[in-house]
Amino acid sequence: MDVLMLSRLQFAAATFFHFIFVPLTLGLSILVAIMETKYVRTGDEEYLRMTKFWGKIFIINFAIGVVTGITLEFQFGTNWSRYSKYVGDIFGSLLAIEATTSFFLESTFLAVWIFGWKKLKPALHCAAIWLVAIAANLSAVWILMANAWMQNPVGYVIRNNRAELDNFFAVVTQPFAWQIYFHTIFGAYILVGFFVMGVSAYHLLRRQHVSFFTKSFRLGLTFALIFSVAEIVQGHIHGAEVAKIQPAKLAAMESHWETQANAPQILFLIPDEKNERNLFEFGRIPGALSMLAFHSPSATVTGLKDFAPEDRPPVTIVFLAFRTMVGLGFLFVALSFWAWFRRNKLLESPRLLKTLILAIPLPYIALQAGWIVTEVGRQPWIVYNLMRTKDAVSPIAASQVGFSLFIMVALYAVLGAAAFYLIIKHIRKGPEAAPVAVEA
Amino acid sequence: MLESIWFYIWGILWAIYFMLDGYDLGLGTLLPFTARTEKERKQLYAAIGPHWDGNEVWLITAGGVTFAAFPTTYAVMFSGLYTALMLVLFALIIRGVTFTFQGGVDSPQWRKLWDTCLAVGSFLPALLLGVAFANIFQGLPLDGEGIFQGTLLTLLNPYGILGGLLFVLLFVVHGAIWGVIKTDGDLRTRLARTAGTTWWLLLVAAVMFLLATQRKTDLYDNYLAQPLLFIIPALAVVALILVKFFLARGAYWQAWFASAATIVSCTMFGVAGLFPRLLPSSLNPAYSLTAFNSSSSPLTLKIMLGVALTFVPLVIAYQVWAHVLFKEKLAEDEVAFKEGY
Ligand code: HDD
Ligand code: HEM
Ligand code: HEM
Repeated sequence: MDVLMLSRLQFAAATFFHFIFVPLTLGLSILVAIMETKYVRTGDEEYLRMTKFWGKIFIINFAIGVVTGITLEFQFGTNWSRYSKYVGDIFGSLLAIEATTSFFLESTFLAVWIFGWKKLKPALHCAAIWLVAIAANLSAVWILMANAWMQNPVGYVIRNNRAELDNFFAVVTQPFAWQIYFHTIFGAYILVGFFVMGVSAYHLLRRQHVSFFTKSFRLGLTFALIFSVAEIVQGHIHGAEVAKIQPAKLAAMESHWETQANAPQILFLIPDEKNERNLFEFGRIPGALSMLAFHSPSATVTGLKDFAPEDRPPVTIVFLAFRTMVGLGFLFVALSFWAWFRRNKLLESPRLLKTLILAIPLPYIALQAGWIVTEVGRQPWIVYNLMRTKDAVSPIAASQVGFSLFIMVALYAVLGAAAFYLIIKHIRKGPEAAPVAVEA
Repeated sequence: MLESIWFYIWGILWAIYFMLDGYDLGLGTLLPFTARTEKERKQLYAAIGPHWDGNEVWLITAGGVTFAAFPTTYAVMFSGLYTALMLVLFALIIRGVTFTFQGGVDSPQWRKLWDTCLAVGSFLPALLLGVAFANIFQGLPLDGEGIFQGTLLTLLNPYGILGGLLFVLLFVVHGAIWGVIKTDGDLRTRLARTAGTTWWLLLVAAVMFLLATQRKTDLYDNYLAQPLLFIIPALAVVALILVKFFLARGAYWQAWFASAATIVSCTMFGVAGLFPRLLPSSLNPAYSLTAFNSSSSPLTLKIMLGVALTFVPLVIAYQVWAHVLFKEKLAEDEVAFKEGY
């Protein structure tokens, strides 16, 4: 394998791994903050125990998020140095802003929260976890803005053989960045909702810590319900934006080959990339794709054949990932409503509880599938219509990359396994029975 | 002008990083040699537990600022030093999870595993960052395209290794003093002794490094052109002597600040000697990357200056607050390392 292929693999492995842990951090920080706020407000010891139980999971998860984040920060320079040189003016500043505005806040106040139980008044202690939650959700703004700029570069001029910043305001206000932000963050909140419901279901099924986990369940349910509905609405708007900005990606998402007005939405199909067609189509809804993408049944949707083969993203994987994400999106809404209708009879609903335990991994899959759509769908460009991925890679030896990729994967596998083991062990054990005298 | 300002901000960020992460890297390195009982090892974890992550973000910021202000330097430095940086990265990864993981399972083997990770994960970055910076002072084999014509072994030359040793010793002394402040009992005595004896090694390494710098690099050219700059190495020497002075009187906070000043002035000694070069080329001075030929556009530099001047002081303020909050030794029930923190 050449440097390009190895670097892509390494980047994909590093980001996917980072993004297993990031969404739980984004959502759980807020949930824990809400729990502690309730404790401070009401003095109810049960909320304190909830804060500590979920807080502990948060901390273990956070540790892996942090160490894998550094890999990503390094990788732009190590593996994509030509890219870094070309776009550092814009992209680099967004990363630097992320570190100065968010990472310091997050890491400093998380430590204050962990070690400050005795040192701070309850309200101040609670403020620390809010700062962590805000910082985490703020860091996502910057990094996703950077990502969105690669999807849809704005506010730049090409000067001195590179992209230079021309209008900072345009970069930070571009609608596409905010679409990506809300879509990702809603996805993270869905994930934490299902995570909390699933873990609570595990204990409720065993009828242990019933009051504790009923309260937790309801908090999770609120998140899951609100955000799974919001995600579908927002995802639709997001898709329409993609249709405008990256027509080739949209065509790949739908495996849509022929440019046509009144384009149909096909419910089931199998793409056949080699022969530039679909092998099997079933469930044609005339005009629906034009309607979804451009809000008009007569609108023309460009097909893949109108793009030169070297300008097309891989179709099958983008198509499958998109279907997976959307399918799961509807499933989340259905599950959330089911849980909502049974919310007062949880102990009598073992089927629901069992299903929710099994559902814990699904939002993880949806989030990763979403990123496949976005990132693989952007190929062959690293910066859309500006720089190709193959021109971005560092001038280094393939053996170096292969070696570090190998170690990285081995290391991640071990650390990931250790983290899962510790989290599951903690979940199984459940919250401490006695109030207080427990550290998060 | 903007470029020069950014050059010095770049240097100062690295200096702050070394000053802060230095003490936890140093103390982490010392863990297997100084902590004998379970209680002592808990004390050591408690001494750095609340701070290591906040300190490490200075590295992320120094890297991010290199990317933002000098993208070409970032590209060449990170791809050129690929293997060395990957090793630093892996070390930081195993160190980073240790704090959370080590208490997660109640077994001596499990704890031993993570203790080793902490020690290795602390020692390697100290060593390799020292090697990397000494090599930058000396010049890297960069060709006209900015491509690094060497391997990891190119970096392991005598001057580079001396730089690595100097960093390790600086950090070990720094960390040992921090440990004295944060622990008690036998451990404290042992750490105080370690700080005292390591200081002598540090003195030897520092003198050798200053002399070798004169032979192996052209850093002193800037100093000869601008003799006022000699204040910086002079400060380093004075601060280093003050470390010993305060150690001898048992004034450990003062000793720690003196040691912090030593690290900052050592870093700035190199930075001022480099100016305006960020990555000198040893093949041809014309290939060197400087603050002027590798910087971002003036607009980006201006915006980033605004960001830095607003947020860095703020960060310093709340990090100082957090250090003051935890200035006393943590009591056992505050540590709660029992179960992964
Ligand atoms: C800040 C920028 C940024 C962000 C937030 C992400 N990515 Fe990305 N991604 C890139 C910047 C990037 C990149 C540097 O542009 C890559 C490297 C090679 C390439 O083509 O684009 C890339 C490639 C890339 C690939 C390989 C595509 C291919 O080569 O076919 C995958 C699978 C992902 N990314 C997945 C993710 C995931 C799971 C993310 C969630 C955290 C993610 N990306 C966030
Ligand atoms: C490829 C781009 C990315 C880079 C370069 C990057 C960089 C980093 C770095 C350096 C850290 C460690 C900070 C610390 O030590 O405290 C980190 C953590 C974090 N990142 Fe990323 N990141 C990327 C993608 C993302 C995305 C897409 C998101 C969210 C949508 C995200 C959210 C977070 C969060 C919440 C943390 C806090 C630690 C945790 O996850 O538990 N990151 N990231
Ligand atoms: C059912 C409704 C949904 C629709 C119509 C939808 C639509 C989209 C579209 C069009 C993209 C590609 C955007 C781009 O290329 O920039 C995308 C990406 C993504 N999706 Fe979805 N999505 C839906 C549900 C979900 C769910 C339920 C999740 C996760 C729980 C999710 C997570 C993601 C993520 C993480 C990305 C990548 C980030 C981004 O580009 O925003 N999506 N989605």
